[in-house]
Amino acid sequence: MAKGDVIIDMKNIVKRYFIGQPNELEVLHGIDLQVHEGEFVAIVGQSGSGKSTLMNVIGALDRPTEGDYILDGVDMFLAPDDMLSDIRCHKIGFVFQTYNLVARNTALKNVELPMLYANTTRSYRNKRAKELLTMMGMEERMKHTPDELSGGQKQRVAIARAMANDPAIILADEPTGALDSQTGRLIMDIFHDLHEKQGKTIILITHSPELAEECETVMTLKDGMFINVRKGSGKRAVL
Amino acid sequence: MENVLFFENIMLALSSLRSNKMRTILTMLGIIIGIGSVICIDTLGNSLTKTVTDTMESSGGNTIYLSLQQKQTEVESSDSGMEFRGPRRMREATEDDKFTNEMLLDLTETFPEEIKNIQVNSSLGSGQVKIGSEYAYVEVSGILPSEFSSAKPPEILAGSEFDDQAYSEGRAVAMVSDYFCNNLYDGDYDKALGETIEVTIGQKYYSFTISGVYKYDTGDNMMAMMAAGASDYDTQTPIYVPIKNIQDKIHEYGYEEVTILTNSEKVTNQDAFISDVKDLLDKYYHNNKYFQPTAFSMSSIFEEFTTLLNSVKAVFAGIAAISLLVGGIGVMNIMLVSISERTREIGTRKALGASNSSIRTQFIVEAVVLCLIGGVLGIITGILLGTGGVKIMEYFSQSEISAAPSLSSIVIAVVFSLIIGVFFGYYPANKAAKMNPIDALRYE
Repeated sequence: MAKGDVIIDMKNIVKRYFIGQPNELEVLHGIDLQVHEGEFVAIVGQSGSGKSTLMNVIGALDRPTEGDYILDGVDMFLAPDDMLSDIRCHKIGFVFQTYNLVARNTALKNVELPMLYANTTRSYRNKRAKELLTMMGMEERMKHTPDELSGGQKQRVAIARAMANDPAIILADEPTGALDSQTGRLIMDIFHDLHEKQGKTIILITHSPELAEECETVMTLKDGMFINVRKGSGKRAVL
Repeated sequence: MENVLFFENIMLALSSLRSNKMRTILTMLGIIIGIGSVICIDTLGNSLTKTVTDTMESSGGNTIYLSLQQKQTEVESSDSGMEFRGPRRMREATEDDKFTNEMLLDLTETFPEEIKNIQVNSSLGSGQVKIGSEYAYVEVSGILPSEFSSAKPPEILAGSEFDDQAYSEGRAVAMVSDYFCNNLYDGDYDKALGETIEVTIGQKYYSFTISGVYKYDTGDNMMAMMAAGASDYDTQTPIYVPIKNIQDKIHEYGYEEVTILTNSEKVTNQDAFISDVKDLLDKYYHNNKYFQPTAFSMSSIFEEFTTLLNSVKAVFAGIAAISLLVGGIGVMNIMLVSISERTREIGTRKALGASNSSIRTQFIVEAVVLCLIGGVLGIITGILLGTGGVKIMEYFSQSEISAAPSLSSIVIAVVFSLIIGVFFGYYPANKAAKMNPIDALRYE
């Protein structure tokens, strides 16, 4: 896939919960979204605007109730569960606000985890995880468990983990939300690096207007609809 | 693409079990106790069965017992006209009903190869022989003429065996043991020969002339083994006399009970031989209104005993297996707890690309590893307990008992703990596999 091709193509995505029950709830009301290969997109919005729901749908964790969603040529509406796992494994790297590292495993083992599900060899996993952690500046902390790491270090391990199977898209849900601004800056710079040097498609979900401004495209979500799509600076801010 | 490698799953299981050692040990305890008690009971049961069969086989696996049995009488009606099956009226066997020499001779002539020896219980009783201040305890037993036996007679140390005339006339001649001679004749066998001894049995006195001295074999005699505590001096030994002599004294010529020693090399099917013997004897009892012969062997009793012992063992093992069930439920419980604790981890794994089946496999393997480790520890515990129990049995019975946990029960125990792991691990694992990744990730 060449740079610039549409990798995420959503048309009229509707997501409802508690279907058929009295408390039926429509969270997304017909979302249209196109993300191109190598694009750095920010999705901003207040809490309750449907950001997380949209991210779950984009990340193949959840299926839309209505609408068309083609991810890298795969129709997500028709894909069976196992294919969704496969897509999550190979095409998407998740970075969470709360890191979600496996507590009893070392940083190295955590980074190896997605490769385990991709059926790679032991030696390959070890080599790749070390490379990624080194790239994140974590070579000194590979044998440490998450409770021995700071928030910023944990997030760097989580980013390394997201990169493990070399996914096309990195989905980051409030990655700096639990960090102080200085550490948040460092993490944001890592995303910029991944975008600039490796050409990763990055979708950043945030409620920080400053961080969103650094992305190429800024999409504002409100009450389950995009109310504004505009260009951002695409340049990292200097602290 | 779907399943994480088997080895990785085991490593995952071990690391998660290690991360909560106390809980793991407590959960395993259920399996350890379950498997341990089954193996322990099996070990004890096997040792007991083996000991009993060894003892019994060494003391007469080739023995057939003949006896008389009352024939089933017609159903009697009571005075009221109602049918009444009361206790059968017992009837004493008369001389006409008992086994005769003729029958025994028929047996030995029909089965010369198979029958090693025929013994009848013909005894005057136990008594004492006293010469001056010296004495010896004896039992006066009648022996059948040599045509009833192809077995080697007791080793003759002095004198000779009874001749045909002694048997046919029932002469008052006797063979005494070397013990007897040691007590009364200072071990001088020649001095004993030709002497007339007087045996006191109850209030009666019987005189016999010593015609031979035989070597008393302690090894074959169960009674002697049990009385091993008593000194040689007090050991009661048999005095053998021609059987007719005893029959003449008590005026009884038939035998109610006959013991046949078979030649184990010739008789391969004991049960078939028993029915052959019975068929032969049945001819003599065809016209007897009241009695029929029965024959049974010790081996059939052993078999019944072993069967009984095995079913007792099975019942106990079954009870022990219930604790295994409880242990299994414990495993299921702890797996459910573990899964709810690790909901976020499961969500994360799913987000990172784990399929439902790989999550399921991970937790089933964890339950199986838990049960297998518990099972192996249980087997070790069971063997230790069982061997300990056997040692205690040895201490009280003062004889050597071999402790043998059967290999099959160990294999079954391992397989069983594996099955418990899969069975009780499946439900929690499936629950984990079916978790919605979004809910799992959001779980606090």
